[in-house]
Amino acid sequence: MSRAHEIRELTRVRILAFLREPEAVFWVFCFPLVLAAALGFAFRSGGVEPTKIAVVDGAGAEALLQAFEVDPDLDVEVYGTRTEAFTLLRKAAVDAMLEPASPPEFVFDPTRTESATARLRVQRALRLAEAGDADPALDEEPITERGSRYVDFLFPGLIGMNLMGTGMWGVGFAIADVRRRKLLKRLLVTPMRRSSFFLSFMLSRLVFLSLELAILTVFGAWVLGVPFRGDVASFLAISVVGALLFASFGVLVAARARTLEAVSGLMNLVMLPMWLASGVFFSYERFPEALHPVLKLLPLTALNDALRAVMIDGASLFAQGSEMAIMVFWCVASFGVALKVFRWE
Amino acid sequence: MSSIMTTDGTATRNEIAVSARGLVKRYGDLTAVDGIDFEVPRGTCLGVLGPNGAGKTTTIEMLEGLKRPDAGEIVVLGRSWHDDPREIQERIGVQLQETDFQDRLTVFELLRLFRSFYRDGRDLEDVLTTIGLTEKRSAQVKTLSGGQRQRLSIGCALLNKPEILFLDEPTTGLDPQARRRVWEVIEAFKADGGTALLTTHYMEEAERLADDLLIVDHGRVIARGSPASIIATLEAESVVQFSIPDGASHALTEDDLAALDGVQNVRREGTSTVLSVVQTQRVIASLFDLAEIRGVALDDLRTHRPTLEDVFVSMTGKHLRDE
Repeated sequence: MSRAHEIRELTRVRILAFLREPEAVFWVFCFPLVLAAALGFAFRSGGVEPTKIAVVDGAGAEALLQAFEVDPDLDVEVYGTRTEAFTLLRKAAVDAMLEPASPPEFVFDPTRTESATARLRVQRALRLAEAGDADPALDEEPITERGSRYVDFLFPGLIGMNLMGTGMWGVGFAIADVRRRKLLKRLLVTPMRRSSFFLSFMLSRLVFLSLELAILTVFGAWVLGVPFRGDVASFLAISVVGALLFASFGVLVAARARTLEAVSGLMNLVMLPMWLASGVFFSYERFPEALHPVLKLLPLTALNDALRAVMIDGASLFAQGSEMAIMVFWCVASFGVALKVFRWE
Repeated sequence: MSSIMTTDGTATRNEIAVSARGLVKRYGDLTAVDGIDFEVPRGTCLGVLGPNGAGKTTTIEMLEGLKRPDAGEIVVLGRSWHDDPREIQERIGVQLQETDFQDRLTVFELLRLFRSFYRDGRDLEDVLTTIGLTEKRSAQVKTLSGGQRQRLSIGCALLNKPEILFLDEPTTGLDPQARRRVWEVIEAFKADGGTALLTTHYMEEAERLADDLLIVDHGRVIARGSPASIIATLEAESVVQFSIPDGASHALTEDDLAALDGVQNVRREGTSTVLSVVQTQRVIASLFDLAEIRGVALDDLRTHRPTLEDVFVSMTGKHLRDE
């Protein structure tokens, strides 16, 4: 029979085997929604952390800085322009932004609990500086504009994280399972082309990708009100590259591992650092600046940055050249190495 | 080489379907296969009989192209694995030991998948009938019994209308009835003129299915020929087996028994004594006389025709199976 026929059958079997596994369907399709809902609606887990305030430079900025010195937990940074400071606030890289004026303008995201702490700390510092009894007045300006809230920052990151998780688990586990069942060996004694085998994993990933994206974006837009400013084609192109990239990672982690445990260990080793450092829940700009260039090279960072730029800022695909290059590099490199070291027996 | 091949099924018996010369496979210090030679003529079934760890699976996996021999030459259907792997794969069927098909796929889905790998082959309905799973076509693999799974596995090996069928312990772990149904599928393949190569550690299976046998132990062939001719090498008419009560064995020693007229060989296995004999009736009579004189009560006395197992035990001192 034809090559296409073989690929179609392998892909079909992949999809059927997945859909008949209720747990797998839950983790891929329902879990991200539960997570998004939980984080989007109820992000109330503020710990005792220093409060980061971005102060816009200008007359009076110096006085504010002096006032804030009383509180060691206030981490204040001065930025040249309002836009610069505002961008950081939107990315949740700072907890509030303050523009010197009389009274000072306090800009915050009402969906984030850190905002309340930030307000109290700012007021306390100003009160102590003035030696007054009453809380000094602040010109409070909550950002309610869609696209500027924490959930808007969070959502593209969740999509990126989901693409990473489903790609790696979906492909890595499936390969490890086929090997554990000695089916891989059985396929090897047939004239099946090895390329068809890998291609079927990639194709089935793309099929599920379209479902995942549809469900997540519809949920994000309708339930959380996350805007979608960019064009769909750019969004899809980035998602497809991201999905293939992490499917390749899946092939790589399963390339030699003999047991499911080994695969799952490797997978966590790869994914955990990126959950934290690639700007899913909070901006990687919270890490020391020296690390930023390294963090930007991580595949999930590139994917998240590109998704955010397109979805929230309405940027086009062409403005995401370096992110796309990083992703394509990781995709080609990991797939190439995976093919090289793949253990068929 | 290719001149001896025919693809129209009119092959004659003296054509060689599979030949192996001087096969050696080492794993580190262990030599799993230590110089095995054989030829399988078309339309015959070669059985490779031996205990676990004898090198049967390693041997058959080298023939299937899964393992590369460290030394020796393999020719399958006139071709070598090195030059023409796809052409060989198109024309052989393989059942591996313990392939565990995906639980959630149905019988039909799996057959359709495997069928898609081959240039040409059989109608799926036809294969379902052959393996007796027509009624189970829409059942997921997880609902199948061990015997049904094994027949499905053989079904996947029959889809391309193979000229040679490789079977690695096809009935291990099955109950007697399930085993017979698997044998029927293999016998139907043989009846159609197919060539088969089978490993087993069941002597009944070897006797029933194989035209020729290799008995292997520690990676070497220790006997070869038809089942009947191998059994004939024992030169015994029957095997007499009995036990003596604990502590009485000194009263009836191995030398005493060997001295009896008609006894070829004496062997003790725990409390049981096994004699290979000719002139069975006479041996039993003199055995009873001797036991009477020595005052020993013989227990659990049985006789049977010699089997491959007896040959194996007399050659190696151990059984084909541990249990």
